[in-house]
Amino acid sequence: MSDKKLYSYTALFDTPNKIIHAVKSVAEKGYTKYDVNTPYPLHGMDDAMKLKRSKIGWVTLVFGLLGTASAVAMMGWMMTLDYPIVIGGKPFFPLPAFGPIIFELSVLFGALATVGAMLFVIFKFPNNSHPMHDTEYMKNVSSDKYGISIEAVDPKFNLDEIVALFNGLGAETTAPIYFDEEEVNYKPTILDKKFLGFLAFVAFATSVGVYGTMNIALYLPPFDWMVNQDKSSPQQTSEIFANNASMLQPVKGTVARGFIPYKFSNQPEQAGKLLVNPIIPSVENLKVGKEKFDIYCSPCHGYLAEGDSRLNGKFPNPPSLHSEKARNWSDGSLYHIIVDGQNIMPSYSSQLSKNDRWSIVNYIRVLQRSLNAKESDLL
Amino acid sequence: MSSEYAQEFSVVEGKPSLRSLDEIISKPLNTKPGLKYYLALAFTLTLLSIGAVGLAASLYYGTGLWGNNNPVGWAWPIVNFVFWIGIGHAGTLISAILFLFRQKWRTGIARFAEAMTIFAVITAMIFPIMHTGRPWIAAVWLLPYPNQHSLWVNFNSPLLWDVFAVSTYFTVSFVFWYVGLIPDFATLRDRATSKIKKVIYSVTSLGWRHSNRHWQHYEMVYLILAGLATPLVLSVHTIVSFDFATSQLPGWHTTILPPYFVAGAVFSGFAMVQNVLIFVRKIFNYEHIITVDTLEKMNKIMLLTGTMVGYAYSMELFIAWYSGVNAEQFAFVNRAFGNYAWAYWIMFSCNVFIPQLFWIKKIRRSIPMMFVIAVFVNIGMWFERFVIVVTSLSRDFLPSSWAYYSPTITDISLLIGSFGLFFTMVLLFAKALPAISIAEVKAVVDGSQPTHHEEH
Repeated sequence: MSDKKLYSYTALFDTPNKIIHAVKSVAEKGYTKYDVNTPYPLHGMDDAMKLKRSKIGWVTLVFGLLGTASAVAMMGWMMTLDYPIVIGGKPFFPLPAFGPIIFELSVLFGALATVGAMLFVIFKFPNNSHPMHDTEYMKNVSSDKYGISIEAVDPKFNLDEIVALFNGLGAETTAPIYFDEEEVNYKPTILDKKFLGFLAFVAFATSVGVYGTMNIALYLPPFDWMVNQDKSSPQQTSEIFANNASMLQPVKGTVARGFIPYKFSNQPEQAGKLLVNPIIPSVENLKVGKEKFDIYCSPCHGYLAEGDSRLNGKFPNPPSLHSEKARNWSDGSLYHIIVDGQNIMPSYSSQLSKNDRWSIVNYIRVLQRSLNAKESDLL
Repeated sequence: MSSEYAQEFSVVEGKPSLRSLDEIISKPLNTKPGLKYYLALAFTLTLLSIGAVGLAASLYYGTGLWGNNNPVGWAWPIVNFVFWIGIGHAGTLISAILFLFRQKWRTGIARFAEAMTIFAVITAMIFPIMHTGRPWIAAVWLLPYPNQHSLWVNFNSPLLWDVFAVSTYFTVSFVFWYVGLIPDFATLRDRATSKIKKVIYSVTSLGWRHSNRHWQHYEMVYLILAGLATPLVLSVHTIVSFDFATSQLPGWHTTILPPYFVAGAVFSGFAMVQNVLIFVRKIFNYEHIITVDTLEKMNKIMLLTGTMVGYAYSMELFIAWYSGVNAEQFAFVNRAFGNYAWAYWIMFSCNVFIPQLFWIKKIRRSIPMMFVIAVFVNIGMWFERFVIVVTSLSRDFLPSSWAYYSPTITDISLLIGSFGLFFTMVLLFAKALPAISIAEVKAVVDGSQPTHHEEH
């Protein structure tokens, strides 16, 4: 027995009043390394032990605020910076809409950090190797007795004095608690065969499980129904329609939006006479005209309509639009050429809307006037 | 007892010795349960397997098996979700809010109510996850995680707020419950006779030593968790109500919804806890710990919240009239007198009229009467969610799409199965874990706290 290392000396009391009285005496005697074990928290025990109020609330505050900040940062970054999307015309940083999640994450961070700090930092749990475990003392205090234990490392520790003190206070039983030799001498071995085998098994099971789920199971029915549902692709045949096409032709006479049929096809004279330019030139529609001219006309006609093609002879150069003849054409004639084409120039009616065509006509007029400016234009 | 305090009624009847409390609370854990328990378990497992068939069919064939269709796209699944989340609210209210108000009578029922919270939230979560259509990848849609589309979830959406609210609620409730269980696990560990139980309880108790230096922090943490859980529980049903309130559908688009939902949740939760506790106290002989006084206090809370819900119903009708908005007025007239008037009046009578019987003390203290009334309350509260979801959607802004919603057999099997799952978990809990907090009950037994004579 003598080679056993003493951890503490304990006493059990049977009423709450006795333990409070005993703790006050122990505290008055100047012991500091002592603890009280009770089956439930006793009112007034913290005062008797002269314990300061627990400061764990600060953990809640700090981590709760960290939760607040994380929520704002996460949502702000995702919705405002990383991938802003317009949703119902709401701003990219809608603080009121962030409210609920800010609150939830503050509570979550605060609660988890508080409990984690208490259990794992302050109590240093899990700890099943404490010498008090499996003692008669622990079995009593976890049920109906109130115990006090003075540790051997207390600077004022003196076994005889303590036994006398406990007996004087009316202790029911007193007993020493020793360190468990097995646990004191226990040397943990990480490279234990069983442990390594267990790790290998976990690694294998995880790999097989993840591979099986992600690469096999999710491609079996019903998980593949969404991917393999019945549908017709444009160029496939289909049994539904008589002509076996999966994509049907529009009904005869269907007119696309913005492309009302042109009534002066092959009638350039009529068009030149009867078509009236509906657009009054303005900065805005001349900008549209320039943009469309640069895209569709300039490759052959050149940016300034001088007939200087950029196609390096791959396609015949058109004549300049600054000739006397071209300048005297009516707006209607120009419009007709855009719609119907002329000589080898193809029709541009499918690329350009009505509005675009008239804007181009206006822009051509601007080019013609500015390249052939009269002296009076300078005044 | 000290004379300077007003005489308080004992929470625990008689003056049981602390050791006898250990014995009676841990008895179901150490003995083989009787025939009644197995019959009850067989019944709940039957319900559960009915639900499992419906769930398997829904998983294989998809949500097309349900009655949801235009314009009622949110039907029974959402009704059941809101119903079960609401059931959970009583647990947190009992464990957190009543703790802050220092209501000692909560100690006998807090553990059970908290467990019911956790089970109710688990049951509730099945429905929205199934409703996503492909639940096996639901997490991919619900959580903000870096993905190959570099897209994030939409934080403007109340449905996403729900994801955060419900998962936070579940996590914090679970942690709160587990923290409460640690000292009890330690007590069970020290009572354990078989080796395997001792190992299990040693692991779950984390090495708790009942040390006062620990109790000091523990009590503070319990207080902080109660303080955090209180606004949390209020926020959860508030956010659930945002799913409706932030939409523009008449009957949903009302500011009264959050407080009305919270009151309703507490109302139905208390009814469910009361129903279950009546069985538990009988089966496990806890009549002196879960006393009739405690049940009576729960009935009073039901009376209060039921009246609040009744006020909300009336106020909705008043605001519909007072707002002068035609669509709003139509929605409420349609609720009370339209196709679903039968559901509305079941809701109104079960939730508002029947609980008024609790004004009579005899009824409040009669166990068969209170049991029946609480059953009616739960029926009424389920119909409340049905009325809100279905009547508004079935008469939306486009009269050509109006339709009468009826559930399918799969819907019914899922509802039955949800009750089966919930009660199976409750029964397993009652057998496997201390259904009453041993440490907390010991602390409120007469004579368990030091008297203050010495100081004066």
